Amino acid sequence: MNPSATPTAIPPHWQNLVHTGVPDSEPVLNSLELDLDVDLHFKHSLLLLTSQGLLCLDALGQIKPFPYQNGSALRQHDHAGLGTLTLFLGETRIAFWRYTLSLDPAVQRFIHQFDRLRDSSTSGLPLVPEVQACCEQCGADLLEGHCPQCDNAEERPPSTWTLLRLWRFARPYRWQLLSGFLLMLASTAATLVPPYLTMPLMDKVLIPYQNGTPIDTITVSWLLAGLFGSAMMAWGLGWAKTYILALVSERIGADLRTETYEHLLKLSLEYFGGKRTGDLMARIGSESDRICVFLSLHLLDFATDLLMIAMTAAILISINPWLALVTLLPLPIIAWMIHKVRDKLRTGFEKIDRVWSQVSNVLADTIPGIRVVKAFAQEDREATRFRAANASNLQVNDHINKIWSLFSPSVTLLTEIGLLVVWAFGIWLVSRDQITVGVLTAFLAYISRFYARLDSMSRIVSVTQKAASGAKRIFDILDHVSSVPEPTSPTHLNQISGRITLRDAGFRYGNRAVIKGLNLDIAPGEMIGLVGHSGSGKSTLVNLMCRFYDVSEGSISIDGVNIRQLPIAEYRGNIGLVLQEPFLFFGSIAENIAYGKPDASRAEIVAAARAAHAHEFILRLPHGYDSLVGERGHGLSGGERQRISIARALLIDPRILILDEATASVDTETEKEIQKALDNLVQGRTTIAIAHRLSTLHKADRLVVLDRGEIVEIGNHDELISRQGAYYRLYLAQARNVDADIDDRAENEVIV
Amino acid sequence: MSGLELQLQRDPSGQLIYTDAAGNEHHNVHVVRAYPISAPDEGISLLGDDGHELIWIATLTGLSASSRIIVETELATREFMPKIASLKSVSSYATPSVWKITTDRGDTTLTLKAEDHIRRLNDTALLITDSQGISFLIADSAKLDRHSKKLLDRFL
Ligand SMILES: Nc1ncnc2c1ncn2[C@@H]1O[C@H](COP(=O)(O)OP(=O)(O)OP(=O)(O)O)[C@@H](O)[C@H]1O
Ligand SMILES: [Mg+2]
Repeated sequence: MNPSATPTAIPPHWQNLVHTGVPDSEPVLNSLELDLDVDLHFKHSLLLLTSQGLLCLDALGQIKPFPYQNGSALRQHDHAGLGTLTLFLGETRIAFWRYTLSLDPAVQRFIHQFDRLRDSSTSGLPLVPEVQACCEQCGADLLEGHCPQCDNAEERPPSTWTLLRLWRFARPYRWQLLSGFLLMLASTAATLVPPYLTMPLMDKVLIPYQNGTPIDTITVSWLLAGLFGSAMMAWGLGWAKTYILALVSERIGADLRTETYEHLLKLSLEYFGGKRTGDLMARIGSESDRICVFLSLHLLDFATDLLMIAMTAAILISINPWLALVTLLPLPIIAWMIHKVRDKLRTGFEKIDRVWSQVSNVLADTIPGIRVVKAFAQEDREATRFRAANASNLQVNDHINKIWSLFSPSVTLLTEIGLLVVWAFGIWLVSRDQITVGVLTAFLAYISRFYARLDSMSRIVSVTQKAASGAKRIFDILDHVSSVPEPTSPTHLNQISGRITLRDAGFRYGNRAVIKGLNLDIAPGEMIGLVGHSGSGKSTLVNLMCRFYDVSEGSISIDGVNIRQLPIAEYRGNIGLVLQEPFLFFGSIAENIAYGKPDASRAEIVAAARAAHAHEFILRLPHGYDSLVGERGHGLSGGERQRISIARALLIDPRILILDEATASVDTETEKEIQKALDNLVQGRTTIAIAHRLSTLHKADRLVVLDRGEIVEIGNHDELISRQGAYYRLYLAQARNVDADIDDRAENEVIV
Repeated sequence: MSGLELQLQRDPSGQLIYTDAAGNEHHNVHVVRAYPISAPDEGISLLGDDGHELIWIATLTGLSASSRIIVETELATREFMPKIASLKSVSSYATPSVWKITTDRGDTTLTLKAEDHIRRLNDTALLITDSQGISFLIADSAKLDRHSKKLLDRFL
């Protein structure tokens, strides 16, 4: 037997069972581990291919053999994430197995190997050699030894030290940050001078005076001047540092926001399909702001506090180590409390963020859909929904506040107790002449500051956690790799001729297979009409060709180059797309037409509009091409919007033109006009046109009939009509409808 | 108790054949529930190979015992929505997160790609879609054990 039957390794935990169960005379050539049993329980079993047949091995070591026979075939189908692999003999089911869809690529390969081995076994001929190097995981063609589909599949959760990752945004400002930090050091030191001066004031001036020595005015003046000077220094330095650091943190925040947005724009449609607008808006808008506030205010305060505490501790220890030790006693207790509370707070704040996104989601849902809300008089219901979202917001907040409200006073209590201990211990030391009264006053002056700092430092716990959870949600976006990745070593095509090749293309939305095993060759300049029932996958196919999504199996190539190897923007620059649901941006009509080519001249814009038969209606608007169209083209009719989007596609003079129901919402008259315009434009361009009204496709070189994601027929109109297949039925149904319409109208006219 | 009797048979390839009132045979018939989550026993439909509805069954209880058995076995082979009994561990509190879980169909793992893949069905019921598109049901999150509840809570 040909050993090149690519024996896949048997999973290690099966090897014993395989060795005991399968005779050595029958070497195992392929194996497949299934993760479900027939009753859909998570129990593993193993399928093996040998030269003789298929073997099924269960966890107890029982083996069921199914020898190769003429007409035996493995077939696979799936539904809602659940796959079934069935062994047929002719049309009779012999056995079946179940698996979850994660195994699908492996199952496909297994079936392929089964076919090869069966053919060779039943015919006695040697194995057909394998052709193309395919990916182990998914069966896609390898690009330079890597699978473009699987290399990006790996995903890792973002680390918990998210805030540190903000450094990436802080790096460009590191010199400003450094100078801000030095200023902070100096200003903190300046604030520590006054308590130090209370020591000589007490010991050298006030106490000797009480004991009868007159006050030395010069010393007092020096000391007071020192107090004033240090206050002025602290003020000046504090101002400079706050200014510099606030400036920097605003910039970091802005960078973060823009970068997140830019990254978001590069993500594939799949990402947007799974996310809600309100949530994304909240992340980029308010959460980046929160991080910014954190950086500029709280982090700054925190750093100052830390410095202050460290410096104070150093000074205290240098004056009197024992008293210092007592003073610092509450510190570890507070640290322990912070540690306890932190986790609770963080989860709480993450929750608040999510709830907050819910609130914005309700808004993002209802405001664009306000016409539906009003049409069905559901204002009250939407208000209730909003109230409910708000209520859960309150509930989560209440929970956090409960913890929080206890935490802060506890810290205060601890510091008060600390103060008491210092008084007691200090008086005791004074009475034993270990320290002077001046030292004790200085200590008390220091520690009241010190404890005040501790209190504010404990507050930072909450803001840090808030910022960290915000940062996490932003990095969620930043860490998301587009499922339509840019190629690592892109190929550049200078002049695209427009040949499109689909090979075994398959695609699923989640677990729904929408496109299955599609093969199609489109010649340069050819016009293809895509027809099929609603939901047959026409728009999906267009999405794949535009690379809004990547195929999950097979490949799509242009001029013989896999489109995954082309830089995305460069590739899309060759495609003019008119969508089923035209979308206009807020701005003037001219801007909307020139969206794909912002430097287009006015003459070009008008020419494109003329070609799309939009020119005349635009002229009838009060401001002509300068008229503002609202969000989503508010203020224009459906057909008008469609014609603007046709003009937009035409302006970029693309090699490939894709029209997804481009003329769906215009009247028959206008449609004919647009059709005429399109007929000219289609010349020399590869065109893919989708239309329900088959009459619009009469110019198509070939019609491709899709049904449930598969091509059922290809040919021109006449061929397909004479074949009397799916297209013929579609055609008949429409012809009948048109007749019926005319009949209706005739009847109505009679009645009128 | 007798109810509606459906002419259902199985052909050798394991597929259902339905003979309608007019005596037409339909091959490769699918049985689907209209509300698999909110009302599994109401609204069952038989769909033909072409995706068109052949017959609508308002409630399962309205069927005769024999038909009901066929319909239910057929549904059982198509339905896969394991019920989560407990969460043993999660790989991280940030998504993507791999959960080790126990379900009514045995132990397994699921990968939660994003928190939005947890759908709230009502106050306590949750539907979790894993990265493969398989739906896992938590019928009553309040009834989970403490450990599971704590883990789950981090994602809600
Ligand atoms: N984002 C999506 N997520 C999941 N399923 C989707 C998504 N978009 C489309 N589908 C499903 O994929 C199938 C094909 O959809 P598609 O939009 O390609 O149909 P179509 O042929 O363009 O139909 P129509 O003629 O009505 O525009 C449909 O069954 C649809 O429900
Ligand atoms: Mg469509």
